[in-house]
Amino acid sequence: MTATAPTSYIGARVPRKEDPRLMTGDAIFTDDVTLPGMVYLTLVRSPHAHARIRGVDSTAARKEPGIVAVLTGKDAEATGVLPVFITVPGMNGSKHMPLAADKARYVGDAVAAVVAETREAARRAAEAVTVDYEPLPVVVDAAKALLPDAPILHEELGTNLVFTYPVKGGDIEKAFRDAEVTVRLHLVNQRLIPNAMEPRAVVARFDAGELTLWSTTQIPHFVQLISSLNLGLSQNKVRVIAPEVGGGFGSKLQVYAEELLVGHLAKTLGRPVKWTEERREGYLATIHGRDLVEDVELAAKRDGTVLGARIRTVANMGAYLQAFAPGIPTILHAFIIPGPYRIPAFDCEVRGVYTNTTPVDAYRGAGRPESTYAIERAMDRLADEIGLDPAVLRRRNFIPPEAFPFNTISGITYDSGNYAPALDRALAMADYQTFEKRRAEARARGNYRGIGISSYVEICGLAPSKANSALGVGWGGYESARIRVHPTGAVQVFTGTSPHGQGHETSWSQIAADALGISPNDVEVRHGDTFESPGMGVGTFGSRSLAVGGIAVHKAAERIREKVVQIGAHLLEAAPADVVVEGGKVFVKGVPEKAKAFGEISMAAYLANNLPDGMEPGLEATVYYDPPNFTFPFGTHVAEVEVDGETGAVQIVRYSACDDCGRQINPMIVEGQLHGGIAQGIGQALYEGAVYDENGQLLSGSMMEYHVPTADDIPQFQLDHTVTLTNSNALGVKGIGEAGTIGSTPAVVNAVLDALSPLGVKEIDMPLTPEKVWNAIAQAREARR
Amino acid sequence: MTHAITLTVNGTKHTRDVEATQLLVGFLRETLRLTGTHVGCDTSQCGACTVLLDGHATKSCTVLAAQVDGAEIVTVEGLAKKGAFHPIQRAFQEHHALQCGFCTPGVMLTAVDFLRSNPAPTDSAIRHAIEGNLCRCTGYHNIVNAIRAAATEMRGASAQPSVAAEVRR
Repeated sequence: MTATAPTSYIGARVPRKEDPRLMTGDAIFTDDVTLPGMVYLTLVRSPHAHARIRGVDSTAARKEPGIVAVLTGKDAEATGVLPVFITVPGMNGSKHMPLAADKARYVGDAVAAVVAETREAARRAAEAVTVDYEPLPVVVDAAKALLPDAPILHEELGTNLVFTYPVKGGDIEKAFRDAEVTVRLHLVNQRLIPNAMEPRAVVARFDAGELTLWSTTQIPHFVQLISSLNLGLSQNKVRVIAPEVGGGFGSKLQVYAEELLVGHLAKTLGRPVKWTEERREGYLATIHGRDLVEDVELAAKRDGTVLGARIRTVANMGAYLQAFAPGIPTILHAFIIPGPYRIPAFDCEVRGVYTNTTPVDAYRGAGRPESTYAIERAMDRLADEIGLDPAVLRRRNFIPPEAFPFNTISGITYDSGNYAPALDRALAMADYQTFEKRRAEARARGNYRGIGISSYVEICGLAPSKANSALGVGWGGYESARIRVHPTGAVQVFTGTSPHGQGHETSWSQIAADALGISPNDVEVRHGDTFESPGMGVGTFGSRSLAVGGIAVHKAAERIREKVVQIGAHLLEAAPADVVVEGGKVFVKGVPEKAKAFGEISMAAYLANNLPDGMEPGLEATVYYDPPNFTFPFGTHVAEVEVDGETGAVQIVRYSACDDCGRQINPMIVEGQLHGGIAQGIGQALYEGAVYDENGQLLSGSMMEYHVPTADDIPQFQLDHTVTLTNSNALGVKGIGEAGTIGSTPAVVNAVLDALSPLGVKEIDMPLTPEKVWNAIAQAREARR
Repeated sequence: MTHAITLTVNGTKHTRDVEATQLLVGFLRETLRLTGTHVGCDTSQCGACTVLLDGHATKSCTVLAAQVDGAEIVTVEGLAKKGAFHPIQRAFQEHHALQCGFCTPGVMLTAVDFLRSNPAPTDSAIRHAIEGNLCRCTGYHNIVNAIRAAATEMRGASAQPSVAAEVRR
């Protein structure tokens, strides 16, 4: 027997296929697309957070050199409303037009569109547009927006309250009656600005009745769908291309005004149109994330057993509802607050509120970092209150491994989990047992050292279409894949996912290669072009791509494999059960020397003159995979920090994480996702925060004022993993795109508060800047005097 | 008002009239169509536009095209030689130091300049060197690994241990 051992590419650290073009400048991002005769769009944006638009005078702008067109709110009504894909019960929706016509509701709200021959000409002409504003009272704070005398953003609603969303289970009154100890926290989960490194951009060309639109999007098919519906074009005449996309983190998970405007202008002007966001413009006009204020109460016994959790949340939604916004503080937040713990009573109520600020939607983690922050901060407070080791408290309340599948008190079913080993391994990496020695050493240096734990469960694999429907999500949660094997044996995978850094070309190749017995190098993965992919792709967000889109690829490849086996059995005159597909060959078990090459089988499928009776020619498969359940990755992160006693500066001296995302397709990519996620979570804990003044001006309005973490701010990470497969899909995969962001923020904040616990400091609002930490230390010292 | 400039980009000499207000990054991207150099901000924070200007890593959004008359510029398009990757490119792929790839050209060029004068850097020196290049995807972990690995490769057999470099600093 000379057969080579079967190779599995799933689980291997296959180098990324995406890298060469990205490292040579060959990659094409949207702003790199330049077309003959192209004109440029600039938007006139409101400098007021809330103002009646009494008139827009474009006379002067129309006289500027190079001017092509000026659109105001009324003209832009032809582009239709911007979509919201989620409706929660009792929701007060907002009418959101690409250009505000009657009223501007936040600084950055677009009021006019100017098109000119060059970027500079468009910018100059935009400055010549005069808008007559009548400033109105402004409200930026969500709690204040609910007060009776607050200015109302959308008068037709008569209120700024968007929704009240309850999630309840068990007897919460009894839990608090039976409690031997309760803790109560007021937590501010501050507003963040996503800062994908590539600013948004849109280019469109209308030619022979067909619109081609390049966009920096995570969801090209939704952009195609809405462009088609809103611009009155048959869907087969709208081609949306997401070329190379430079990061998204949720900020490109929209159908934005600029996409519809550029499409509309290309169609009406008959010339290609480009819009490229400037970074400071993006700070105003691209969605923000988080911005929740939560009151969290835990009821527990003295031994640490948690009896119940009560949460009251106010979520600042900004001035309008964006595409997925109603689902973020509700579906993706409230349900998952119990995390890895068996909590017998749960009572959560989330209120969404309009304010005169940039709209808020999904930002990496999207609801789940806020959940984990709430429960993990509360667990540490409880541990402190009863004098129990936070690790012991967590272990005591973990859902035990034998309890899975586990129906949570919030009404969802966790697929699989084994939480204690991940905690143990993270603690081992962190040298948790010997920490007190290091605390003492730091104290001798005049510094404060602390260690913080965060155990999380998150919800991925979005989503079973029926669950989507029940939750108010207005579209299915499936994903599509088509595999085409050409006559020569060349393999192309077309995926409905739309990666923007996640390396799907590599991972999907590994999945297809294993099923087809070939090498990932023999597989080409194509994405982000609605004219190539299957009819509908849902896209890349919510850590869903692998657990839904990757499974679609796997299933399509299995279908191809089945046909390859049938054809092979026919040609080799053997039973299908005896046919092996491996190493680019198809042969009868034990007789590898009489193999047919993979390409011979594919050729036979197309020659079609010697196929099994009744078999359809060709070798192609399309799959729409609808998952039966969500997936629930988990893990524990441990941060160790040292706080400078003089300056309040926080340094993360060690960061250890053990995560479980089920089976790993490419561990190198898994680790990369964790690194980036952790850095973003550290960013929230220590550095980042959007700040508005009371007039609704964004004070953190550029990268100069908003601290995106640099290499100097972030430590190297120690990572480990456990593997707990899910039964939700054939590969046992769960998703890893957001786990780092979800696990890290509370670990870092818990560590800082642990460091300052000898001083009696209980709470500092994020970001934990040196100034805030120094003030907390100073106040604590003052109080002790 | 325009200025005539002659400069060498990736080994090719170009003579052009440029507007007085045109930034070098605009000249590279729009005039020469070298779109591997990216624009990620408008305040010189992000470093996505970094190129080598007479060998020095420079944010091309901070320089006017009219200022670089006679200069020699290397962009990401000029990093690989005759189809062979530069050691920094090999290391970036091997260590998964890029995800979306938007910041990557700038980070690599900053690293190339840094390694020329710091052949055996410590991790903290690497981190300090690239702090002007923002990356939102990688958390910098693998970028640091890649630059360290490229340094080792570029030093070859005559490598000095990085401890020695630390002492020198």
